[in-house]
Amino acid sequence: MAPINLKELAKEQEGLSSGHRMCAGCAAPIVVRQIMHAAGGPVVAINATSCLEVTTSVYPTTAWNVPWLHNAFENASATAGGVETALRALWKAGEITEDVKIVVFGGDGGTFDIGLQSLSGALERGHNFVYVCYDNEAYMNTGIQRSSATPRGASTTTSPVGRAQLGKRQTRKNMTEVVAAHRIPYVAQASPSHWRDLITKAQKAFQVDGPAFLNVISPCVPGWRYESQDTIKLAKLAVETGYWPLYEVEDGKYRFTYKPRERKPVAEFLAAQGRFQHLLKPGREDELAAMQADVDAQWEELLRRVGE
Amino acid sequence: MATTTSKRRIAISGNGAVAQAMRQINPHVVAAYPITPQTDVVEDFSQFVADGLVTTEFVPVESEHSAISTCIGAAAAGARVMTATSSQGLALMHEVLYIAAGMRLPIVMPVVNRTLSAPINIHGDHSDSMGSRDAGWVQIYCKNAQEAYDTAVMAVRVAEHDDVRLPVMVCYDGFITSHALTSIEPLADEQVQAFVGKHKAHYPLLDTQHPVTYGPLALFDYYFELKRQQAEGMFQAPRVIQDVAEEYARLSGRYYGLVEEYRLEGAEMVVVVLSSAASTMEVVVDETRAQGVPVGLLRVRAYRPFPRAEILRGLSGARAVAVLDRADAPGAGNGPVGGDVRSALFEAERRPLFMNGIYGLGGRDTGPDLLRQVVERLQGALATGKVAEPLFYLGVRGD
Repeated sequence: MAPINLKELAKEQEGLSSGHRMCAGCAAPIVVRQIMHAAGGPVVAINATSCLEVTTSVYPTTAWNVPWLHNAFENASATAGGVETALRALWKAGEITEDVKIVVFGGDGGTFDIGLQSLSGALERGHNFVYVCYDNEAYMNTGIQRSSATPRGASTTTSPVGRAQLGKRQTRKNMTEVVAAHRIPYVAQASPSHWRDLITKAQKAFQVDGPAFLNVISPCVPGWRYESQDTIKLAKLAVETGYWPLYEVEDGKYRFTYKPRERKPVAEFLAAQGRFQHLLKPGREDELAAMQADVDAQWEELLRRVGE
Repeated sequence: MATTTSKRRIAISGNGAVAQAMRQINPHVVAAYPITPQTDVVEDFSQFVADGLVTTEFVPVESEHSAISTCIGAAAAGARVMTATSSQGLALMHEVLYIAAGMRLPIVMPVVNRTLSAPINIHGDHSDSMGSRDAGWVQIYCKNAQEAYDTAVMAVRVAEHDDVRLPVMVCYDGFITSHALTSIEPLADEQVQAFVGKHKAHYPLLDTQHPVTYGPLALFDYYFELKRQQAEGMFQAPRVIQDVAEEYARLSGRYYGLVEEYRLEGAEMVVVVLSSAASTMEVVVDETRAQGVPVGLLRVRAYRPFPRAEILRGLSGARAVAVLDRADAPGAGNGPVGGDVRSALFEAERRPLFMNGIYGLGGRDTGPDLLRQVVERLQGALATGKVAEPLFYLGVRGD
């Protein structure tokens, strides 16, 4: 793999061009651009229905400089499997000679929830594609409804804060571990704040033979409720608090790719976002403690898997 | 590749015949999920893959939703693609069927007709494909295994025709056609290969030098025009179906039109029906004709596009018409085919007495005795000048 050089990256053609209609400060296009740089050759993108999809393909325009296909919400993986199978078939028939990489982009809704079956099936069948989940932790495209990626305590329009309930009551699904259980060649968690780490992981993902999965935290300005200039700060806080550990699972072997010297309290990550403000009020210390306990337990489990 | 010689008759089930057609077509990609009564198609085809009789990449998906989604990905990528399904499987695909048609992807899908739950029932009726008749797919209903085989081959040409570019369902009756062993005359492999020709992809996704965007967001400013263009494909389909059928007839000696007329000359009473029940009805027409009763049969083969002109012509001499539907459309006041035929008759110079019978739901056997009752109903209507029961459930208990 070539060393990653920002100056050189800036000269490359972008897979996703400017002019799309995503919100100012949205992490998703940052994630997409970083990943497209890692493909290192011809690449085709498949998109699940999502914010990314609707804002980049408004007919008759497109922000994509690469071939791009959107089918529906829950079937991006099956669709990508079809593209990949066609590539193999046409290759075999001598009708295509180019090596084409296939990348799939889905939000947490299209990945953790409605698209889980399609993803699981495609992973088990071993289709050679890179699946990228940009995880903004709720159904943002329809206006901030809870998903199974939404953390405990977060306020969304379907897990609102009221007299009887303080936001979402359930802990989030650990999708990276769900995917790792499929024993595919490469699984990683990444953050746009650690761009070199993210691009390195994407390069690895494109190079393995078989499915690869990247779960990338993707702060959302209206959904998380913060100022648009703070996106990368939020993504970094998620990493520094251990809320979003940066690690990879390569052929079953767990490894931290970055470990904060000392984990910051998760409250720092929560306090920077409007969706958690209700947890910071006096008398709600138990809620906050429960969230810290969740993060601690996840961290301990990861240490065990890494073998530390 | 194993070779079958022309003009050779073989004993085979409908599913076996369709699987053979798929082997001879040798598509780039087949993605399918097994479901009764389609299962043998997938099993047979898997064996062809295992035996190296096809070069197809077979994708054993985890659901029908993924089967059709995989087909869409593969077809957009530039491959010739087939799948097959039945019943709940087709219902599970429902959302994605519209996308295949909207993207103008020429996917060919045998649909082995089976009813829908609840109650669960694995046997044949047309509830499944009637539920997707407006999904934008061409739908052709086949009478027997020979026709299912022939139609599967022709469907590739219809779907991929530049003037159509729409997916095609090849429908045939579960168990009655899919499982019964009959004798068919297949074409030789080389003949099928030559007939379907080399697949020509339109705007393939995998042409990375010419990037295209499939499945964009199109709002009120463009959506309507795109849908109108899609409708044009269906408007052109009747001509293409017939052109392809004529070419196929020169090759095989078997011609299939949009409809099939059976003894309509001088028929004052006409029964309209789809698929395998037409074979039984032919027997009843023959015997009632022998008794001097002027009955004829009009079988609708292409149901989408709906052959309105051919139906009007076929029914132009009829004084009483009975449309038989192997699917109900609860609350509509008629079955799906009944409603369409009645609508076509609005333009008839002389409108016949009209009745619509629902028959054979859940695979209920519909033999000559029941079909004779339909003739009796038509005779009753002619005698009295009115239809006693415009919508009836043929042979159901406790009606």
